[in-house]
Amino acid sequence: MSEDQPVAPHGNGRNAAFWLPLFLAWLLALLATAGALFLGEVMGKTPCVLCWYQRIAMFPLVLVLGMGLFVSDARSVRYALPLAGVGWGIAAYHLLVFWGMVSEGLVPCGKGSSCADADVQVAGVVPIPLLSLAAFTGILVALWVARRRART
Amino acid sequence: MSRKWIVLGTVAAVVLAFVAGVVVFTNRSSQEVKQAAQTHSDALVRPHSPVFGNPAAKVTIVEFFDPSCETCRAFYPIVKQMVNASFGQVRLVVRYAPLHHGSDTAVKILEAARQQGKYWEALERALAAQPQWAAHDRPQPQMIWDLIGDIGLDMTKARADADGPGVAQVLRQDIADMQALKVDRTPGFFVNGTPLREFGEAQLKALVDQEIKKAGTP
Repeated sequence: MSEDQPVAPHGNGRNAAFWLPLFLAWLLALLATAGALFLGEVMGKTPCVLCWYQRIAMFPLVLVLGMGLFVSDARSVRYALPLAGVGWGIAAYHLLVFWGMVSEGLVPCGKGSSCADADVQVAGVVPIPLLSLAAFTGILVALWVARRRART
Repeated sequence: MSRKWIVLGTVAAVVLAFVAGVVVFTNRSSQEVKQAAQTHSDALVRPHSPVFGNPAAKVTIVEFFDPSCETCRAFYPIVKQMVNASFGQVRLVVRYAPLHHGSDTAVKILEAARQQGKYWEALERALAAQPQWAAHDRPQPQMIWDLIGDIGLDMTKARADADGPGVAQVLRQDIADMQALKVDRTPGFFVNGTPLREFGEAQLKALVDQEIKKAGTP
């Protein structure tokens, strides 16, 4: 099949050991994006400011990694890593705000929904920023594995 | 199987799961609202509420109303027209859902006007000027006093009534009923106890027509 041949002339599609971890990273981003949209648009939870910044980092990952998968281009990892890194940082910060370790006065949450509100929980137990941090962590690990495999 | 198909198949699966989730969630929440309306049917109409139209009408539209809400303002002439065009078959019961900052003050002023029989005049003045006094970042509901200065109210009495215990009790009861009925946005409509599932003018008209038809066949 022609699809199994290297499609991107400048990618390293021939040595495609990176494909599986890249796929896992993309799958995590896809699920996180679908989940965020479900919480926001269907369940009607208004995203707070920090949630928006995490969305800004998460949503493009679906497209960047999706394109990388589609043409088996390992360089997509390079473009995705900064997004995932920034998203991880914001999610970690949000979790600290949620747990009260950092005062919310430091973040611009004056209007709209509060980032430290108990409403940022799924099923009343799991904080949404924790889910976000888990997703970004998983994506970073998978991308790191993909990067190592692409180099060898 | 080609990797492209794996990617496309995964996208399709996630989209499908999302749509299924939407269907399940919407069904469940509309079931909950219906359930709330059934278990708290006594919370729909209270004797203290303003009624527009024939008090003995067969069809009752209960509207949870916020004087600062733009959509409530847009729906006011629509609902009024529906009541007027029904030849006494439909009445409107106004309940308060003061969800915006400053709405409670606006409600108090309207209720004070009601004690002097000038409710609908005051309401229409307040709604007409809503863009001026009800900016959500800086509401000035006190402006309503100036708007209704010339409709023939004893203003000294009205100002005293607005802060009186009667009006406060109406507000408290309406807010409690709003929560019991799970109304979280305005306007919230119930027609003969059935919550309006899908919001919209056509949907409301259809629900009212359906209830008129039901009431017409004995």
